[in-house]
Amino acid sequence: MSMRAIDKKLWRELWNLRMQAVAIAMVIIGGVGIFIMSLSTLDSLYETRGAYYREHHFADVFADLKRAPLAMQKRIETIPGVDKVENRVVAYVSVDVPGFDDPVSGHLLSLPDNSRGLLNQIYLRKGRLFEPGHDNEVVLSVEFAAAHKLQPGDKLHATINGRRKMLTIVGLAMSPEYIYQIAPGALFPDFKRYGVMWMARKPLATAYDMDGAFNNVTLTLTKGTNERDVIDRLDDLLKPYGGIGAIARADQLSNRFLTEELKQQETIATVFPIIFFGVAAFLLNVVISRLISLQREQIAGLKAFGYSNLAVGLHYIKLVILIVGFGIIGGISVGIWMGQGMSNIYMEFFSLPFMLYTLKPGVIISAILISLGVAILGTLYAVHHAATLPPAQAMRPEQPAIYHATIVERLGMQGWFSQPTRMILRHIERRPFKAVLTTLGISMACGVMVVSGFQEGAIDNMIEVQFGLSQRDDMMITYTEPTSQRSLYSLRDVQGIEHVEGFRNVPARLRYEHRTYRTAVTGLQPDGKLLRLLDSNLKPITLPPEGVVITDYLAKILHIKPGDLLTIEVLEGHRPIVQVPVVGTAKQDMGMNAYLQQASLNRLLKEGDAISGAYLKVDEPYQREVYRELKDMPRIAGVIEQESAVDAFYENVAQTILFYTFITTILGGSIAFGVVYNSMRIALSERGRELASLRVLGFNRGEVAYILLGEMAVLILVAIPVGLLIGYGLCAYMAYAFDTDLYRVPLVLGLRVYAFSALVVIISALLSALMIWRNIAQLDMVAVLKTKE
Amino acid sequence: MSNDQPSTHEPLEEGVVFHVHGVTKVYQMGEVQVHALRGVDLDLYRGEFTVLLGASGSGKSTLLNILGGLDTPTDGHVFYGETDLTRANESELTDYRRFHVGFVFQFYNLIPSLTARENVAVVTEIATSPMQPEDALALVGLGERLDHFPAQLSGGEQQRVAIARAIAKNPAVLLCDEPTGALDSKTGIVVLEALQRVNQELGTTTAVITHNAGIAQMADRVIRLADGQISEVNINETKLAPHELSW
Ligand SMILES: Nc1ncnc2c1ncn2[C@@H]1O[C@H](COP(=O)(O)OP(=O)(O)OP(=O)(O)O)[C@@H](O)[C@H]1O
Ligand SMILES: [Mg+2]
Repeated sequence: MSMRAIDKKLWRELWNLRMQAVAIAMVIIGGVGIFIMSLSTLDSLYETRGAYYREHHFADVFADLKRAPLAMQKRIETIPGVDKVENRVVAYVSVDVPGFDDPVSGHLLSLPDNSRGLLNQIYLRKGRLFEPGHDNEVVLSVEFAAAHKLQPGDKLHATINGRRKMLTIVGLAMSPEYIYQIAPGALFPDFKRYGVMWMARKPLATAYDMDGAFNNVTLTLTKGTNERDVIDRLDDLLKPYGGIGAIARADQLSNRFLTEELKQQETIATVFPIIFFGVAAFLLNVVISRLISLQREQIAGLKAFGYSNLAVGLHYIKLVILIVGFGIIGGISVGIWMGQGMSNIYMEFFSLPFMLYTLKPGVIISAILISLGVAILGTLYAVHHAATLPPAQAMRPEQPAIYHATIVERLGMQGWFSQPTRMILRHIERRPFKAVLTTLGISMACGVMVVSGFQEGAIDNMIEVQFGLSQRDDMMITYTEPTSQRSLYSLRDVQGIEHVEGFRNVPARLRYEHRTYRTAVTGLQPDGKLLRLLDSNLKPITLPPEGVVITDYLAKILHIKPGDLLTIEVLEGHRPIVQVPVVGTAKQDMGMNAYLQQASLNRLLKEGDAISGAYLKVDEPYQREVYRELKDMPRIAGVIEQESAVDAFYENVAQTILFYTFITTILGGSIAFGVVYNSMRIALSERGRELASLRVLGFNRGEVAYILLGEMAVLILVAIPVGLLIGYGLCAYMAYAFDTDLYRVPLVLGLRVYAFSALVVIISALLSALMIWRNIAQLDMVAVLKTKE
Repeated sequence: MSNDQPSTHEPLEEGVVFHVHGVTKVYQMGEVQVHALRGVDLDLYRGEFTVLLGASGSGKSTLLNILGGLDTPTDGHVFYGETDLTRANESELTDYRRFHVGFVFQFYNLIPSLTARENVAVVTEIATSPMQPEDALALVGLGERLDHFPAQLSGGEQQRVAIARAIAKNPAVLLCDEPTGALDSKTGIVVLEALQRVNQELGTTTAVITHNAGIAQMADRVIRLADGQISEVNINETKLAPHELSW
């Protein structure tokens, strides 16, 4: 069967356009790829979390207390709306891992006899559960074990209630309660220095003096129950037993961090694709409509032969669908491939036992519809434009072919420029709209690169401000219980510790009008050097004797400003509720807290000079020894080393973001190249005839190339600064959209980001120029003479 | 191509500008070979006005393009003076076009973004001893339209700009492929007058392709091509002026 002539034309043209088609496809692959990757990753995370929580019976309410008799369980079960209740023994222990010098803090949770628990069931990845009679068996969290390369059968030591105990690892597990494993008070996970472990109820209760009692309870609610009511009743029940306030699932540490991370991911997953896809769509539209404009004489010819506008339109839509379809299929494949990779990185990062990679049909359909939609719109516009002209007119070169003297010439500067340069300037001036579109397209590609590079620099800056300017301690210790200020003397005696500053820290619910936020209130030394609060210019703030300074973002959330009275509901001890005036806000990119002078906080708590822990400045060479000594001090619950915290951050959190940055950089680069190359190719097609004529007249390749590439160079030079500006704007939007309770991404763009973005555009331009050079060298001089335009 | 073997070439006869020897041109179209030229031997003399006639597809344009250094023959040699164009490389051919040849095309091929004067200047700026663009345009009767862009000129005027552009560098040869093909007889005569004037006043060797046998009457010599070969050469005893031509 023979192909219809018009369809042969289609395939031939596609073949002639193959390089441009590839470049257009690259733009689409960039846009669709990011879109699919981001959205499918997000959907997968939500799906997986939901399934995990459901299948492992993640609790709805969590409460810690000092000690309550087991009989309390019955009373908790009678609270209306409560479904299942599980009480546990939970111990904070210090762990001794063979071959690892740093102190490790651990969370030891009881499991009912030889089961995975009723609520918050663990997922046993390796090994087995406990055997009756074997008292010293533990199950370790997979991450903790992996960080220390521990396997079932290995042993470690834990100091439980002051008694050192040797424990045998029998299994490795994960838990919905610790998807995000982070030590209380820490900002990032550090799997080496904080671990979760499970132990059989009986031996743990015995070791922790909790026989017949419990110090932690979790419960699920029946459908439609008001969480708040249950929590209030539970708090009333547990108050006499040292309850420190039950929390809802939303406030549970792991879940909260996970939610914040997902929110962040959601922003990334929407903002990035919107930017990328938006830019890609815009470019697609420009490129396609210009491509079709080049065909106006052919369109006129087809019409002259009797093809209808519709038939001509369909003909070009077919061509466009072929090109775009190739890009869409590529983009979807790349997107799925990267989405799976990204999901797996998150699975590791979040300690999820499985990952349900979810690609909703809606995501694919939107990707297809958007890509095809903009491409077809661009096509129809161009075809319509060409097809509505009477064929005779369309067969003449496109109007307006009227040139004017350029501004430069009107200024009398033409003497400065050669004819070719004047041709460049006139051509730009003759088609200002086209020049603007080309410039804008390249600018956007440049802007996309700025966006890609944004996160990395912003994270560095965040760390720099937090740990370089604000938290300047080397180590932070926390006591098991509030302790007298005097205990600091024993710290000062340790060789290597240069400076010690105690602090008081209590969990609290902050309230202003109807808005509340659960966080910690910290009492600091008035002249402290190790934890400094910073104002918006990063200058240290001095805490006044009375009043509270809060994180700027917290002030925004609570709608509170200096001068207003903040209500602090302390969630510890006698649980006083006090009102304190806000005296200032502190710039803080990570976490949200409230700060007072320690003496002032002690007064509010009606206690002596109690402290919860201390910030230490440690002489570098003594670091190891100081650790070892601190570890042996009985009342110290945990030590956080700043440097290792930052390292851990880069190892974990930053890894996912940097991977994302890497991918967006590649795809952004592919968009940039696609746009620049296409712009050049179109310019070449538009002016090929003119340039070939010049070759006939004796111009050499270099001179002809100068006319074409010179124009592109002018446009690119304009496009780069505009693009950097666009990039800055997009980043400003992202910084704004990325604000979460956990961290605020600062809007800082290093010179490196700008330079890199400009470089990618310039390299794309050079590469394109190199490829175009071949076409210029092969301009067909004979052919151009045979045909009218 | 037989470029590897230097052709035995006796010194050119006095006054010969082009010496074409055994030129063939074969286009390979997949399986099919198209023989555009099948062994052309031809000499063109200094100051001579030659007209090339022949049916469509007989190879006129192919021959002219080879003479102008736009194309290379499959076989044979083309000498321009002592230079073998078939052995010239890309940049030598560019220089040849730049300094020695003036082209006039059927479709003018003016640069739309340049004025008449600038379209001429674009060539004179890269030539060695050119005329002033204004003078070249005056020669074709366009002294008054210097600053008009191509779109503001009629077809005949555009063709005359193209002639001015071709002659402005004082080329040794002027090659015209159907210069009046797109023009009516009246305009065509104006264009031909311009060509004849250049030929007579500057002594430029001129070759003109046409389908219009009438034009042949103004030539020194008429060469007829058929099926890629020279079929007939006529020397005009009496030349007519363009306005005397029967169109
Ligand atoms: N690029 C090409 N590829 C294949 N064949 C070609 C090519 N250019 C010319 N030909 C063939 O070479 C032959 C001579 O072509 P040429 O253009 O020289 O003819 P012409 O005498 O100028 O005709 P016309 O008077 O119609 O312009 C024709 O048969 C043509 O089909
Ligand atoms: Mg021809």
